[in-house]
Amino acid sequence: MKQSRRKVLKAGAALAVTAGLPVRAARAQQNVVKIGMSMPQTGSLGAGGQAALVALRLWVDDVNAKGGLLNRKVEFIAYDDQTNPANVPGIYTKLLDVDKVDLIIAPYGTVPTAPLMPMAKQRNLLVMGNFSFQVNAKVKHDMWFNNAPWNDASSWSDGFFANGKRVGAKSVAFLAADQEFAQNLANGARALAKKDGLKAVYDQNYPPTTTDFSSLIRAIRASKPDMVFVMSYPNDSVAIVRAVNEIGVGSGVKMFGGGMVGLQFTPNMVNLGSLLNGIVNYNSYVPGMKYPGIEDFLARYSKRAAEAKVDPLGFYLPPFNYAIGQMLEQAIRAVNSFDHGKIAQYLHNYEMKTVVGPIRYGKDGEWANPRVVQAQFRGVKDKDMDQWRQPGKQVVLFPEQYKTGDLIQPFEKARG
Amino acid sequence: MFFSLDLLFEALMFGVLLGCFYAAVSIGLSVSFGLLDVPHVAHPAIMVFGSYCTYLLASYGWDPLVAGTVLMAPFFLLGMLVYRFYYETFEKRGTEAGVRGLAFFFGIAFIIEVGLILGFGVDQRTVNAPYIGESLRLGDYRIPHRMLVAFGVALVLTFVLTLYLSKTFTGRAIKAVAQDEPALRLMGANPVRIKQWAFGIATAASALAGAMLIIVGPVEPALDRLYIGRTFAIVVLAGLGSMTGTLAAGLILGIAESIVLMFFGASWAPAVAFGILLLVLGVRPQGLFGR
Amino acid sequence: MKFWIPAAVLVLAAIGLALSPVNEYFFYASYIVLTFVVLATAWNILGGYAGYVNFGTAAFFGLGAYTATVLFKWLGAPLVVQIAVAAAVCGLLGFGVGLLTLRLRGIFFAIATVAVIFIMETLMINWRYVGGATGLQLLRPEVMAPFETYTRMLFAAMAAMAVGAVALARWVQVSWIGRGLRALRDSEEAAECAGVPTLKLKLFACTLSGALMGAAGAPMPMYLSFVEPVSSFNLTWSVNALAAAMIGGTVHWLGPVIGAVLLGTLQQVVTVTISNEVNVLVVGVLLVLFVVVAPEGVLGLIKRWLHYFR
Repeated sequence: MKQSRRKVLKAGAALAVTAGLPVRAARAQQNVVKIGMSMPQTGSLGAGGQAALVALRLWVDDVNAKGGLLNRKVEFIAYDDQTNPANVPGIYTKLLDVDKVDLIIAPYGTVPTAPLMPMAKQRNLLVMGNFSFQVNAKVKHDMWFNNAPWNDASSWSDGFFANGKRVGAKSVAFLAADQEFAQNLANGARALAKKDGLKAVYDQNYPPTTTDFSSLIRAIRASKPDMVFVMSYPNDSVAIVRAVNEIGVGSGVKMFGGGMVGLQFTPNMVNLGSLLNGIVNYNSYVPGMKYPGIEDFLARYSKRAAEAKVDPLGFYLPPFNYAIGQMLEQAIRAVNSFDHGKIAQYLHNYEMKTVVGPIRYGKDGEWANPRVVQAQFRGVKDKDMDQWRQPGKQVVLFPEQYKTGDLIQPFEKARG
Repeated sequence: MFFSLDLLFEALMFGVLLGCFYAAVSIGLSVSFGLLDVPHVAHPAIMVFGSYCTYLLASYGWDPLVAGTVLMAPFFLLGMLVYRFYYETFEKRGTEAGVRGLAFFFGIAFIIEVGLILGFGVDQRTVNAPYIGESLRLGDYRIPHRMLVAFGVALVLTFVLTLYLSKTFTGRAIKAVAQDEPALRLMGANPVRIKQWAFGIATAASALAGAMLIIVGPVEPALDRLYIGRTFAIVVLAGLGSMTGTLAAGLILGIAESIVLMFFGASWAPAVAFGILLLVLGVRPQGLFGR
Repeated sequence: MKFWIPAAVLVLAAIGLALSPVNEYFFYASYIVLTFVVLATAWNILGGYAGYVNFGTAAFFGLGAYTATVLFKWLGAPLVVQIAVAAAVCGLLGFGVGLLTLRLRGIFFAIATVAVIFIMETLMINWRYVGGATGLQLLRPEVMAPFETYTRMLFAAMAAMAVGAVALARWVQVSWIGRGLRALRDSEEAAECAGVPTLKLKLFACTLSGALMGAAGAPMPMYLSFVEPVSSFNLTWSVNALAAAMIGGTVHWLGPVIGAVLLGTLQQVVTVTISNEVNVLVVGVLLVLFVVVAPEGVLGLIKRWLHYFR
């Protein structure tokens, strides 16, 4: 009677309210093209994401200064997913259905990108990947283009294991976070180590929220490995470096590091300082490597970053994020359309010129020619940002064409 | 996972240090929930709030331990205010209100957590001090200084609180109000004032616990959820109202967690506290030294 | 009849909406609001009718989501089967939790239910088949005609589930079971002395409550195309269910519905206009406000206003 009718009215009113949700722009305006993304600006990947965002906004301004894309001004929308994959589906649904963006870019990093992939495949969207690792391997979306200097596990771990074998390493310890990036890499690295004849004396996953690594480092030390291959995200990488400094990993370890994300972020590099010495880790760019146009870009980026109070060095992500913009620009101008299918076709078939060199894609949407650098930290001093601008603090061990030095081992000796 | 006596010994040692730290963190709850029967699920949240206050003071150059000690005073007042409000709104009105009091504290815990996220973001925060990052070398074993500091503070805190509760007048009144409130009233003491004072002490202890929390490791706003399990497991295992019981229970939890961490992996460790909690509640709800 | 006609109208209206050209985001957001309706209603059966404040909603919700994931990954089971089996599994968990926490009251019961959440979460984190802490990407099957997108279909399914859950809660409330639960809420000893089978009633309430929460969690992996333990077992589900029921009013089945619709809609609007975090602040503040000022919830307020006008 009264109550059931009330119920109907109440529910109806609520439905009406939500149906009339404020929608940013119901119809895409004719002279604007919207590019949207979620970027981790806080949380584990936050420091990297903020730097990447500066580079992307720099690209948007550059493009708009030239008149925009196909005579339409670019409007750039970025939300913060806080490095939490649970926030990503909601953010991209909002971007697509409320903000009505025309193009999407993936968030920086494998972990926030993983939930986007099924959605992208189901809605048939072009996705520009951003430093993810093998995040498309299970979903196999054909309009995925990842901008990162690696493609599969071997492109990453080859450098690390090759150096190890050269100094006679026979065993390896694996320490990996239980999240998409580290697990993808760990699965690949394990298989490669086996093929190479290396013995895995320790192999552990840890929950991504772990903050105290003392027990894990102790256990690694007790297993006496020749190499320790660590696959971690920024928060854990920093904690692991500190734990190694506190507890020690054993005098027999020849190499330590490999896949530690976050040791390339300037704030971490400055805060950890001399604690980094001796660690062999991957990178995408170190000063001294010659990509055409990169030093120019870094100078312009530095100015913008200083204003935004973000990482002023910008070695790791910013050049690659700018390159994402450049690739979109080239493809869109070439096919003269914003149609996702046409852009994807172009990206599959042509090589593009960017500030990180020429980029060509393989069938799986990853770089056809990987270029992962393994470098050893040497002679790093505490609390000194400018020391990183000169070559020499990160000695490149692999690949051959960029090599600047040989591995110093054992690990304990290289730290001193 | 291979078994080695060396590793076991290290796990035990680390467990003892960790356990004392957990005990210190739970002492506030032992008073507020154990003695006063306040369903204080917001205790870990207030502690994390204390960590962030320590972080703020540390960013001005204060040593975190000094900051924690200084924060005890304002937190004491905060505790008194919170209890007063709780008493007026809920406890006075009878047992039905107990359920709502529980919901109230859960709401407060969430408000604190979100407040911290809005104020500081979700990033992890740490502090620097000369005793953070160095470790003590005993032969092949290395003990981080920060764990020793937490261990020391924990012992001092437990000792001081136990003394206070058994030797001073107010302390004994607090224990009395837990045992038999009407009798206390008949003896001329005002139970509400005493409980307010006790809650203030518990909150002050939380401030110091918060400082220790950020010394031992990085903190983030959602950290309180993990500590709900640990603190309640310890307080329930100890038996409500027992301070030395809290220390013992803390040690048990610390050692159990450390051993699980070493031999079963880091992914099982968070469940140890909750597992112990369920076990105690199912088998012996009055705990080890309960009243 | 007075209940069933508006109920049928609502389900038909929901299906009609799902087939109309309303903005897609509306369905995405409303799905969550409807989930809250089911969770709050389920919570209220144990928390409101019986007075056992339960913080473990997230445990059942998450287990429901993971049961559905396993069924989908292993057998490719259709949505209806996922929901049914999830309800059964979570009903069993509810029964188990009820047995385990027989003698616990008040805060001890609440803390025990929180413990169940974390233990369930840890179990899922250690189970590689469902992705462990990494999580699992899921590709939705083809959407059933006549719905245009999968989200719309989930919206309609959840609307039907909400009506079903409310119907169950209403039946419990008016039957002898509800009377028994009310008796044991007021005084468990007195009820036992009067011959009320308190143990059986409590177990029944736990089981039904758990089953409904599990059913609500089952479509979640399909909704997100992704499942991972931390968000599936997030304590926020528990707080939202509890807050919705307490804000709406716990004595009548209408209370959780009102609370869920109000709270859920407010949260969705806030998410789109301000940010995600402020969501949780909204729940916390409203919960504290109502618990302090209006303990009988919106229903209680409405009753008071009606009295003033009579």
